[in-house]
Amino acid sequence: MGIKWDRFFITGDPLILGSQIAILLTMIGIVVLVSYLKKWKWLWTEWLTTVDHKRIGIMYILVGVLMFFRGGIDGLLMKAQTATPDGQLLDAQHYNEVFTTHGVVMILFMAMPFLIGIMNVIVPLQIGARDVAFPQLNALSFWLTFSGAMLFNISFVIGGSPDAGWTAYFPLAGKEFSPGIGNNFYAVAIQIAGIGTLMTGINFIVTILKMRAKGMTLMKMPMFSWTSFVTSIIIAASFPILTVALALMTFDRIFGTHFFTLSGGGMDMMWVNLFWLWGHPEVYIVVLPAFGMFSEVISTFSRKTLFGYKSMVGSIVGIAILSMLVWVHHFFTMGAGPGVNSIFSITTMMIAIPTGVKMFNWLFTMRKGRIQFTTAMLWALAFVPCFLIGGITGVMLAMGAADYQYHNTLFLVAHFHYVLIPGVVFAVFAGLYYWWPKMFGHMLNEKLGKLHFWLFVIGFNMTFMPMFFLGLNGAVRRAYTYSAESGFGPLMLVSAIGAGILAIGFAFFCYNIYWSARYADRNISSDPWDARTLEWATASPVQFYNFAKIPEVTSLDAFWYMKKKNKGLKFSNDELEEIHMPSNSGLPFIMSIVFGISGFLLVFEWKIAALVAALGILICLAIRSFDYNDGYHVPVDEIKEIEYGWQNKEKGVEKHVN
Amino acid sequence: MDNHSKGFPKSQVFGFVLSLVLTFAALFVALKTSLSFNTIIWIIGTLAIVQAGLQLFMFMHLKEGEDGNSQTINVIYGVFIAVVTVAGSIWVMSFGM
Repeated sequence: MGIKWDRFFITGDPLILGSQIAILLTMIGIVVLVSYLKKWKWLWTEWLTTVDHKRIGIMYILVGVLMFFRGGIDGLLMKAQTATPDGQLLDAQHYNEVFTTHGVVMILFMAMPFLIGIMNVIVPLQIGARDVAFPQLNALSFWLTFSGAMLFNISFVIGGSPDAGWTAYFPLAGKEFSPGIGNNFYAVAIQIAGIGTLMTGINFIVTILKMRAKGMTLMKMPMFSWTSFVTSIIIAASFPILTVALALMTFDRIFGTHFFTLSGGGMDMMWVNLFWLWGHPEVYIVVLPAFGMFSEVISTFSRKTLFGYKSMVGSIVGIAILSMLVWVHHFFTMGAGPGVNSIFSITTMMIAIPTGVKMFNWLFTMRKGRIQFTTAMLWALAFVPCFLIGGITGVMLAMGAADYQYHNTLFLVAHFHYVLIPGVVFAVFAGLYYWWPKMFGHMLNEKLGKLHFWLFVIGFNMTFMPMFFLGLNGAVRRAYTYSAESGFGPLMLVSAIGAGILAIGFAFFCYNIYWSARYADRNISSDPWDARTLEWATASPVQFYNFAKIPEVTSLDAFWYMKKKNKGLKFSNDELEEIHMPSNSGLPFIMSIVFGISGFLLVFEWKIAALVAALGILICLAIRSFDYNDGYHVPVDEIKEIEYGWQNKEKGVEKHVN
Repeated sequence: MDNHSKGFPKSQVFGFVLSLVLTFAALFVALKTSLSFNTIIWIIGTLAIVQAGLQLFMFMHLKEGEDGNSQTINVIYGVFIAVVTVAGSIWVMSFGM
């Protein structure tokens, strides 16, 4: 019980005091607003208890946007601090906390929710299913992710943020060197979110293997579904390692065991080993669905079927296997010897082969295509050169011997931002512009979208390109300040200005969401892009049962050929049957709150209280076991009415594109 | 497979006999030879893995049913992950010795 009550709320820093007040006001504001609009019941029945994969997906995306904002503020704080030599904005401790939460939030609570959100909305539609295999489990996955994200985010106002880097290397992250509770937040919050992610992975493996429409063999499956499938398999393979590593960390920190400590026979580098055994596959978990999105976008806007579909599938499966074999390249400098480092250098360089195959496939898809420069396509086009820079510098870093020079410098930081921002963030933006009409029934404004695009891409390059040179000149990462004599000043300033432009770009995106929600035309066709895959064969926004009649698939790009041959799109009313749908459930939401409370108590090392709260989890599981509600049936008349509502709509497509 | 209901269960008997042979071979190596401890461990370990694989195919119906192939892939992938995680960690953390 080493926690002092007077340290419960963080005090004494004006920035944090401001945040505390802002959080309090926001919470009061939300409660007042919902009460004023009398929306509590609506919120509960339509969103909090929903098991509809599309709504869960939208909530994931909302979490992603919020967390992008949070992580982005962290990034801007870092850039503001290092804009000039001997910056005074943040002290060393605060800077440590900021770069730690920036990393965790951006990877686990921004990239993952964005991608899993889009997977949730799109994959069941693409494979012609009515929901995922386990809808209630899916809701639990989301709420656990949400619960973990919230627990992690309150750390900076209550109790103190983790400050040992997003990798939380031992011995620094251990009790001996980080006696506060910040790193308890790390261990517990990520654990809760990780359990949710693991269940998502299992859910999507089953969904994709078992619930594809008739005729859709694996090799006729759209590329985004393929990459989501492979991602789910990597999740199922690698997240258990994180679960175990975090559990051991929790034991070390809270129960005084010695798995990773320096004393008592612990092995500090074992944490690093286990962390990257999960951490490297994690990179592919976030980047593969993104590759799938680019494949869909490039194919749609080049008006061509994807070039080299089979080699694309082969290369993602190859990446899935190789992703498990490269983790040591994150700690070459541990000095595991020439044998180990050489093997892992080679496997790392091998990753460039399947990735190169994919690059050429995209380029050849565009070749001789009639390219439409929509905002979604612009993101895909910008991705190619930007990601190439990230990939090439990756091969440089892969050389074990050379890595001793690059290690821990801003060169590395620039490299992985060049991989993850084009590879994930550009993809998410492309996917959002592309699938927005599917989710909400209106387009995002293309003009604002292009402003967003140009500001973001220019800002991104301006922020991270200088870091390559700074890193080669010896600027280390995670240093909160530097002297004027180092000569880093000018490039650091350029980088900071770039970050500002990046932020303005993101602000345009947020404004675009707002503007489009208010003013965009609702009278659009269900297929505004003239697209190729099954999600466009149904209404926009999609009716809750997805498909009145499950389409039958005969080829790749099923919807495209249905349109060309005018076959399989229309059905007569007497073909309709009752649809079986899952009922809503409040249990996932309640269970996640219990998880959150239990986790919070565990963070503060109130072990007995945490245990009592954890009993609530078991009670929820027991209640679920005795839950015999197996859904409801939608009557044919209701289906007819809904289908009539959208199928005979005027097609106001053209004026929305370009 | 059809040979559950009719005909002589050839593959099962074959698998049973082979399992017996492997078990007794292990026993023989462990009890009746004067090889070094390390060699014995390696030999009986290998025999155990061979027999585990054999039983997966012969008795645990790995290849049967509509999901035969995906089950095989699952098992192989699972073994791959386990070997990489455990053996890889030991190898790396012992600095490649």
